[in-house]
Amino acid sequence: MLTIKHSPLRFAAAATLAVAATFGAAAHATDITGAGSSFVYPVMSKWSAAYAEKTGNHLNYQSVGSGAGIAQIKEGTIDFGASDAPMKTEDLQKFGLGQFPLVVGGIVPVVNIAGVTPGQIKLDGTTLADIFLGKIINWNDPKIAALNAGLSLPAGKITVVHRSDGSGTSFNFTNYLSKVSPEWASKVKFGTAVEWPTGVGGKGNEGVSQYVRQIKGSIGYVEYAYAVKNKISWVDLKNSTGNVVSPTAASFAAAAATADWASAKDFNLIMTNAPGEQAWPITATVWMIMYKNPKNAANSKVAFDFFKFALEQGQQAATALDYVPLPASLVSQIEAYWASEFKH
Amino acid sequence: MPAIDTVISTTDILEQRSRRDARHERLFRWLLKGCALIVLASLLGAAGATLWGGRDAFGTFGWHFLVSSAWDPGNEVYGALVPVYGTVITSFIALLIAVPISFGIAVYLSEVAPAWLRTPVASAIELLAGIPSIIYGMWGLFIFAPFFADHIKPWLTNNLGNKPDDGKLSWVAEHVPFVGKLFGSDYPFGASILVAGIVLAIMIIPFISSVMREVFQTVPTRLKESAYALGSSTWEVSWDIVLPYTRSAVIGGIFLGLGRALGETMAVTFVLGNAMHLSASLLDPGASIASTIANQFSEAVGLQKSALMALAFLLFVVTFIVLLIARLMLRRLANKEGR
Repeated sequence: MLTIKHSPLRFAAAATLAVAATFGAAAHATDITGAGSSFVYPVMSKWSAAYAEKTGNHLNYQSVGSGAGIAQIKEGTIDFGASDAPMKTEDLQKFGLGQFPLVVGGIVPVVNIAGVTPGQIKLDGTTLADIFLGKIINWNDPKIAALNAGLSLPAGKITVVHRSDGSGTSFNFTNYLSKVSPEWASKVKFGTAVEWPTGVGGKGNEGVSQYVRQIKGSIGYVEYAYAVKNKISWVDLKNSTGNVVSPTAASFAAAAATADWASAKDFNLIMTNAPGEQAWPITATVWMIMYKNPKNAANSKVAFDFFKFALEQGQQAATALDYVPLPASLVSQIEAYWASEFKH
Repeated sequence: MPAIDTVISTTDILEQRSRRDARHERLFRWLLKGCALIVLASLLGAAGATLWGGRDAFGTFGWHFLVSSAWDPGNEVYGALVPVYGTVITSFIALLIAVPISFGIAVYLSEVAPAWLRTPVASAIELLAGIPSIIYGMWGLFIFAPFFADHIKPWLTNNLGNKPDDGKLSWVAEHVPFVGKLFGSDYPFGASILVAGIVLAIMIIPFISSVMREVFQTVPTRLKESAYALGSSTWEVSWDIVLPYTRSAVIGGIFLGLGRALGETMAVTFVLGNAMHLSASLLDPGASIASTIANQFSEAVGLQKSALMALAFLLFVVTFIVLLIARLMLRRLANKEGR
């Protein structure tokens, strides 16, 4: 009886000791917390593992969505927020926040047309917008044919697939359509969710890839990694200089390098339709949002150290996951912004 | 004297005991009341919180929120008609399919099946009820929706719909009102209101059929035996003896299933197509209240978030109305039977 009575106690004591030991060890390092964009989550977890190995400091990143990330940093419950859309300078000033980009990714239109391989079909911005507006409804439309001399396209109907959930991918995609199509800009506008004029909604990048693979004659948009992983045919796009470019790490980087960051206060610039000759037109980034005078200065210092590590030594991890590291010119602008805007 | 002492002390003890009993009784009653109040408080709290969260949307759009089919975050215009319609119609389809099948399962298991088969099939049904809804959603998206698009949908659109592939209307589409519209569709894929209804039906069959089986077993054997003795067939016994005897519990089971169908989120989000358009066709994609909230809540801000909260409140209202109808039906049945 005695042993039975005691064994749970003994176990509890041992468990408490073990827990205390774990926390005790962790107490030497600093744990920082960030929350927001799900777009950046995969590379964030890879970076935080590498960073923890190097410094012993842990990053706890919650992929709760950009909106929630911004809300949480405004409440001051986390050390940094991450958002797919930049905050306006007025809003940043009101809350004493600053923001900077961290990593770049590409969004690609994907199609399911019998016999069309990745990169075989080309579109330009207005045609893409007209398809998503429901104005071009057949693949053999003369506007599409004019851009694809030599490619015979079937007479099938076009089915548009869009994201059903609010997302940064939709934000950047609709932002691009707004920049290239006045009709889109006035009717639909851009945002994490919009009223899609036509089509069906898939949940997440996986949902959209799955629908596009199932529906013959469909067109959707996903993050580049999903198009590669699921072997869906992507579309080459004509960019703002009139060049037809393919979605590659180089063309995403070209967009990040040629976007006009220097004249964008607080990096408040959405880099879709970037002016570079080789720039992929639907390139996206994610902004880190932090307090300029943080309540917890020690944590903030570690966060900056982490970002420095990510920007300067995290390129390989990013590339492995089909993200693109920021170009060196932008990194030095960001580090100058840190020095001038943040107290740390 | 010692005798009197004993009497006094016995009365003391008795008095003490009865006082203690009364105290315990009071405590027990409070405890029970507390348990019941927790349910009431959480219900009122949730309804109140969603109403409060949705006040901006209700204030901005008023009654228009209920009848507008717009859902336009770009221009900040929101209406609940599409998701409310999608929720009600998918649940209705689910019931239409699930109730007869569940009845069949329950009658088979309680009246017809050999004894050795009853327990394994009953356990299998209970196991089905425990499968997480995301699994049904994945099955629906990856397997059922493509199958439906390839094999069932073409037949429906060509033979019943008003938009057949070859342009020739079938007899049914031409002569029976509404049917053509219900089955007409331009979209070449599976995810749709009908598929969502079918997947929901599969999800609620275990609930309804296990309740039905449970209550069918409570029917006294002598009633059934008497009916058999008078020459009734199994069908007549099930329909005229078993069902009337258990009617109110059966309706309770059906509404339990309906409740689950109305609030189902993940599975529906996968197979409903998530298009914010009002369409009469069952083969077109739609949206439900729960799927809209699941899709948009994480990235919503301002008025959009408020509109989603208002939708959540409407889900309470829809469920409440459905339960009210169930109560009224039960009362009318009871009156008819003179009970």
